[in-house]
Amino acid sequence: MTEKKNSLSDRVWDFFCSLKLTITIMLLLAVTSIIGTVIQQNAPAADYIKEYGQANYKLFVKLQFVDMYHSWWFIGLLGLFSINLICCSIKNFPRAWKFVKSPMLVASPGILKNSANRAEYTTKEDKQQLAGRLTDLLKKEFGKTTVTEVDGKLYLFAQKGIYSRFGAYMTHLSILIIMAGAIIGNLWGYKAYVNIVEGTSIKQVLSSSGQTPINLGFTVRCDNFSVIYYPNSRRPKDYYSDLVVLENGREMVHKRIEVNDPLTYKGITFYQASYGSAGNAIFKIKVTENATGKTMNFNARRGEHVKLPNGYSFSINGFTENDRQFGPAMQLHVNSPDGKHGRPFIVWQKYPQFDVKRAGTFSFALINYEEPQFTGLQVAKDPGVNIVWFGSFLMVFGSLTAFFFSHKRIWACLETAGGKTKLQVVANAHRNQPGFALAFDEFKQKLDAVVENKSPAKKG
Amino acid sequence: MESGLLFNLVTVAYFAAMLLFFIYLATRNNTVSLLATLTAVSGFLLQTAALGLRWYESYQLLGSDGRAPLTNLYESVVFFSWSIVLIYLLVDLKYKQRTIGAFIMPFALFSQAGAQMWLNAGIDPLVPALQSNWLTYHVITCFLGYAAFALACGVSIMYLIKIGKEEKYQGDGPMGGLLGFLPPTRVLDDINYRAIMIGFPLLTLGIITGAAWANYAWGTYWSWDPKETWSLIVWFLYAAFLHARFTRGWVGRRAAWLSVIGFAATIFCYLGVNLVLSGLHSYGS
Repeated sequence: MTEKKNSLSDRVWDFFCSLKLTITIMLLLAVTSIIGTVIQQNAPAADYIKEYGQANYKLFVKLQFVDMYHSWWFIGLLGLFSINLICCSIKNFPRAWKFVKSPMLVASPGILKNSANRAEYTTKEDKQQLAGRLTDLLKKEFGKTTVTEVDGKLYLFAQKGIYSRFGAYMTHLSILIIMAGAIIGNLWGYKAYVNIVEGTSIKQVLSSSGQTPINLGFTVRCDNFSVIYYPNSRRPKDYYSDLVVLENGREMVHKRIEVNDPLTYKGITFYQASYGSAGNAIFKIKVTENATGKTMNFNARRGEHVKLPNGYSFSINGFTENDRQFGPAMQLHVNSPDGKHGRPFIVWQKYPQFDVKRAGTFSFALINYEEPQFTGLQVAKDPGVNIVWFGSFLMVFGSLTAFFFSHKRIWACLETAGGKTKLQVVANAHRNQPGFALAFDEFKQKLDAVVENKSPAKKG
Repeated sequence: MESGLLFNLVTVAYFAAMLLFFIYLATRNNTVSLLATLTAVSGFLLQTAALGLRWYESYQLLGSDGRAPLTNLYESVVFFSWSIVLIYLLVDLKYKQRTIGAFIMPFALFSQAGAQMWLNAGIDPLVPALQSNWLTYHVITCFLGYAAFALACGVSIMYLIKIGKEEKYQGDGPMGGLLGFLPPTRVLDDINYRAIMIGFPLLTLGIITGAAWANYAWGTYWSWDPKETWSLIVWFLYAAFLHARFTRGWVGRRAAWLSVIGFAATIFCYLGVNLVLSGLHSYGS
């Protein structure tokens, strides 16, 4: 009964440890990921129905194709991938560690006989002498060489690149670290956006997912926003916002942010994302009372009634940046004290004397106008992002270690038989055997020379 | 532009190198192979000079807004061609298997000629999002990786052509004929593996630099946009290749096929996503 249970759990364990599972999951992740690149993600329902029809849309929703990278099955695959990764690592790590703890200093008969990379020599030379030269060669090619004598036989052992056995574990760990960073970012971070009109400030941003307001805990003010265009073109070269962070009325940070240069304050980062017109321009207007010559200055918005002396008032009805090539022009009207709507007239910024000639009670001049813009900011809080970068660094470091180095071991056995010295040399690498076989072929030439006590150069 | 003229010369040089490599396959004359390699090297030097000149020209044209020639589709395809030849020449130095040239120069020629023929070679100013040093790191790592995958694909094709005949071959001594002239399948398999080993960390770096840049520009390092997703698909394919290969000695045909499929996915990630799907990487066009 217990035995049966054991074998079942063994089988489950073996399943989660298997490399076949790793390869299957990787290929499955690759193939299923295509779906989300073909079917648009998180689009409005109407878009899918229009393109694929009602029935297919229902199917997509059922299979979670409309947001597949967050679907239970895709997350499940990633989960299985992590479990597989952890199990493989748990299973294999002790084996790798054993190579560090107790290297095999003496080659077993099995290794001597069955290694793919082997060389065998018989010479008349004394084995100690040969072993000396051989040790020098191994030291040069592999590093520290250990000599062990067992039953009158001399065993040599050398190795290099043992750390490369841990490159794979570093890489595996890095994937888990990146995933952990992503999860932390998802749980305790948010993505949001906010538009700030120049000269105003905000305390809240809107979350991108639910459009619910999020309190920042501080205030952000935009003092100025500007766009610079490439010469003779409407192609923006740069746009930037001058932001100020305020806490309890005190200015904490000033920064000019632009695309690719954000502002971070207390873990929350503000990215320059977009801009636009905030509507409602402010017009600076000079009014002259023609009877007295008295002048007054007003700041007026469109549609707003502005009081003038003696019960008069005026209002701007319209504005254009370019009226029939005469430049900026506004249309306004004056209300008389009895509340009667006067006839609308036009004032051109460039030609203020025109309105003097109109000979009304007041004449108007447009000094300038300011159309405030808003700066569009992406706001992100991601406490996991540095964990992701650490994982990324480890991944590159680990994979380089794993790929460009392999644990190479070489053994030699020298024994005396019938007055002659028999030398066996075997070597292996823990990965990329074909590559190592080529390297061993080259090494053999050096070995030949050492056995014959000649340098290869002399031989040629 | 002067650099355009130089790029045309590069196309001619790569075409000549490719022809010479084909002639080498047919004649097996070592002088021809040397000539082919020298032509490829001079093409490469010309291309390097042309890229440098284009860089210089961008400053002449745009003043202080000049930039490294790595910013639009035309420039990236030319840089891809340059990377392929660079990787090929490095492999040639190490392995001295000249026949590989006949299978890899067509990739380099096709990208260089394709860029000259079909793509807009104008030097336009950059939109703000592209004005970043990350662009340079991202493009260089990605394309060196892609070039390594191109080489792996070329070598895998050689492997697949050769292996069938080799398995049936029953004589003693080396196989004769054109196929016998190709490098041993063991060597081809090894080069395939090594090229992917070089390409994979580069692709990883390319994805990471892209993510870092996106995080810097938009505050999200990963948004499952089609380009990102396809780069991950390519990453999974080669990761599967490496795992299949390391631990079980999955050498041979299946490895070669995976390498060819991996490169097809790479090309789709590079061009297909822009042509067929939509997303952020529209190369400012």
